[in-house]
Amino acid sequence: MLGLTKKDSTLLLVVFGLVMLAPFILNPFPEGSAMAQFNAGYPDLMQRFLIFGIFAIGFNLLFGLTGYLSFGHAAFLGVGSYAAIWSMKLVTLNVIPGILLAIAIAGAFSLLVGFVSLRRSGIYFSILTLAFAQMSYALAYSVLTPITGGETGLQIKNTDNPLFGALNPGEIGRANLFGLEMNSSFELNVGNWLFTFNLGYYIAAVFMLIAFYMSIRIFRSPFGMMLRAVKSNQQRMNYTGLTPKRYTLSAFVISGMYAGLAGGLMVAMDTQVGPERMFWTASGEVVIMTILGGAGTLMGPVLGAGFIKYLENIVSKINKDILHEWFAFLPDGLEDVLVTMVYPFVGKGWHLTMGILFMLVVIFLPGGLVEGGQRMAKLFRRNKAADAQDAASKPAE
Amino acid sequence: MDQIIVQILNGLDKGSAYALIALGLTIIFGTLGVVNFAHGALFMMGAFCAVVTSKILSASHKVVDPTRTDFLGNPMQVDTFYVQDFFGMAAGQAIMDWAVPIAILFAIPVMILVGFAMERGLIKHFYKRPHADQILVTFGLALVIGELIKYFFGANPIQTPAPPAFTGSLDFGVFLGYEANTIMYPYWRLIYFFFSAIIIAAVFAFLQFTTFGMVVRAGMADRETVGLLGIDIDKRFTFMFGLAAAVAGLAGVMYAPIVAPNYSMGLDFLVLSFVVVVVGGMGSLPGAVAAGFLLGILESFASMPVMVDLLPGINQIIIYLVAIVILLTRPRGLMGRKGVMED
Amino acid sequence: MAILSVKGVNKRFGGLQALGDVNLDVQENTVHAIIGPNGAGKSTLLNVLVGKLIPDSGSVMFDGQSVLGRKPHEINQMGISRVFQTPEIFGDLNVMENMLIPCFAKRDGAFRMHAIESIRHEKDMIEKAEEMLAEVNMLEKREMQASSMSRGDKRRLEMAMCLVQEPRLLLLDEPTAGMARADTENTIQLLKDIRTKRGITMAIIEHDMNVVFSLAERITVLAQGTPLVEDTPDNIKGHPKVREAYLGEAQV
Repeated sequence: MLGLTKKDSTLLLVVFGLVMLAPFILNPFPEGSAMAQFNAGYPDLMQRFLIFGIFAIGFNLLFGLTGYLSFGHAAFLGVGSYAAIWSMKLVTLNVIPGILLAIAIAGAFSLLVGFVSLRRSGIYFSILTLAFAQMSYALAYSVLTPITGGETGLQIKNTDNPLFGALNPGEIGRANLFGLEMNSSFELNVGNWLFTFNLGYYIAAVFMLIAFYMSIRIFRSPFGMMLRAVKSNQQRMNYTGLTPKRYTLSAFVISGMYAGLAGGLMVAMDTQVGPERMFWTASGEVVIMTILGGAGTLMGPVLGAGFIKYLENIVSKINKDILHEWFAFLPDGLEDVLVTMVYPFVGKGWHLTMGILFMLVVIFLPGGLVEGGQRMAKLFRRNKAADAQDAASKPAE
Repeated sequence: MDQIIVQILNGLDKGSAYALIALGLTIIFGTLGVVNFAHGALFMMGAFCAVVTSKILSASHKVVDPTRTDFLGNPMQVDTFYVQDFFGMAAGQAIMDWAVPIAILFAIPVMILVGFAMERGLIKHFYKRPHADQILVTFGLALVIGELIKYFFGANPIQTPAPPAFTGSLDFGVFLGYEANTIMYPYWRLIYFFFSAIIIAAVFAFLQFTTFGMVVRAGMADRETVGLLGIDIDKRFTFMFGLAAAVAGLAGVMYAPIVAPNYSMGLDFLVLSFVVVVVGGMGSLPGAVAAGFLLGILESFASMPVMVDLLPGINQIIIYLVAIVILLTRPRGLMGRKGVMED
Repeated sequence: MAILSVKGVNKRFGGLQALGDVNLDVQENTVHAIIGPNGAGKSTLLNVLVGKLIPDSGSVMFDGQSVLGRKPHEINQMGISRVFQTPEIFGDLNVMENMLIPCFAKRDGAFRMHAIESIRHEKDMIEKAEEMLAEVNMLEKREMQASSMSRGDKRRLEMAMCLVQEPRLLLLDEPTAGMARADTENTIQLLKDIRTKRGITMAIIEHDMNVVFSLAERITVLAQGTPLVEDTPDNIKGHPKVREAYLGEAQV
């Protein structure tokens, strides 16, 4: 189906199902219940899953396949965002041109950065991307302020009058898809459950599914094989008549375009942008997501992005009161001890937890969640096989 | 001309910090072959050693002073410092004032221990793993350390002043024949510069003149052969890591009065220090030091108002521009060994 | 007809004359071995032949075109394939993928943005790869990860990867270095088979005399950077100058 193998088609369909049904799946707890805080089915968060999923899928094409570790991809996300918002301020509030412009500009920028950075490899390459990322951030923050709005960033103002906006003077434009407003939602109440269906989310979903599909195609293509060859043995590639650098640069630009798409979608959802989007630690976040999920795999980046964003949402909301609720069944002294022990890792301590999780993954499970899943499946199969063997050997007794 | 001297002086303290951090980074990369993204965090830990020392020394308790009353008519509760109880008013005050230099004594063993723990606990498992993995795990560690500091010390910078004796400025210009008050340089920054110079000299002397140092230098040049010679390079590596951590920590301790320590210091200095190491030449100790000072001074020059007017924001990006240019034209840096990391 | 023609090549490193006035012709459809004691300049010469080192003077012509200073992928596209001392294969990929890559490279050139096609639809390429794998008896191992194979198998795979591109010249850099007896024998047999079946020109840099005398049709002996003798294996065998170069003194 669509040129994919049976296995890949199934994977795509599963992801399609999950994404389309997310408003249901992510809101399993009734409103007002104690567990309702673990619901993730609201538009903001669901959109973030998809947007970072796209970012991570693109990053994975570069890092997962070729092994080149870039710390600069947040710059492409930022550039995409800036491009999109200018399109919406000047040309039209329709999100599609903005998103397309974001992809194009981010792609061009990544071509420039990639061309320069790939003159070296390994750690030199990583440091070059780091230098570019910081430079971009500094440029956005204090140098190119007319374009970027400096520290405060940009947003849609009531003084903006896009070419195809048909706005009344003083009216603040709203992002839309050919007229339909992005944040228009449809809420469905079934008993005590609340499900929200948001236009912006589904637009992002369409882009994400296309992005995911394309990544499958790339993985299974000769081009994808060449990228893995880059990671494996560049010398042999060279002496086989190939130019590893051009392949890597292509992967770099493609991943830059994915980042640009993510940036454009961010603006489509939430019409603002600021320079902090480009700080190198934001690049670090996508690195963490990809590795946590499983670098070099198809599902890895998607899993990683979802996992991190979900945990971030949940863990950040846990505060001392909630902890006390949880441990209330314990005797007071013990309860307090446990709360004090757990407290640094929740709420604002989310980044600490993320850092520790990341380290654990790099040290013990470098293949991420995908590897973890595969190992568990093996254990399960081995138990099944052992059971079967036992059953088979019994009659022989 | 006097402006140029002012800028050079201005660049020296940041340059010294860069040089020390880069020195430690290069030792780790040169001996262990490990890329340590947590090195900026070590610098930060040193700065917080100063904070902790300062806090401990200014610990106080409330004592009732029957001779005074507060506005309600009750006996006054006075904050009295433990050190003053112990050593008397004058000596106690002096101890508190000199918290930062005293912190050096505290920082050295702490940072060496931290270095040992890091190397034995984490880094040594990553010797054989690819550079990308090393970067990732130390990056994770840097994040964790930063977050822990944020948890214990809060998100705001903590002012840690230098001893009052050093709060003034030296009239530097007078030495060079200028009129008084043309070139002023804060005492503490001058001390910092000399302090770094001493540390750098000590490290070089150690590497040059001791047997241990010779083995380490041999290991930097060719680790395999040294191992084959039956020398237990592992223990020496642990020590070197501890040494590098201590150097970074000391750079941080004395830097605390210059820039108030805060939890993002580690990552801020990390990017810059890697840029410095790369400009100096990865694996070259003199290169790291030279590049540190050079880039510090360069940054200072780029911050001159005339420069910022000409090219707005140049001070922010100058270091990165230089790094990019050097990485492209001369990848082994100013003094790097040929063949190190070349394509 | 000399397919590879080295004329007057000199290379100096500081005070050391690594290569001095090297003249060498590799005739088409022969196996030409280059031997010599350690430090004779074999590696230096090889690096010149593959474009890695540019000599101070002299020329290296392959099929009438200069090889000097060319990038490795250009060297390959000219028709020269290279086998390394330590087998250079794509360790992370499986055997089939290893074989597919040179097939694609030969068909598509140095770079092609074939990101939309699927490998499994490229029937021609798969067929070609399977044929080659069958020829070297590796077809059953097609799903194996290349890095998990024995050294002998890796060497086999590497040679097959070179051959599938139908090179005009196969350059072998100490192909049996570090190999156990059995593997060496297998490699020699493999090379003999390749020779008879494909009539390919080979230039071998080798240390192992057994390998050299089993395969070579022509031998050049290098000593101290310059060719000492060039002749047939029989004539080289008892040559006093050759013995002198290897042992350091004349043996009567």
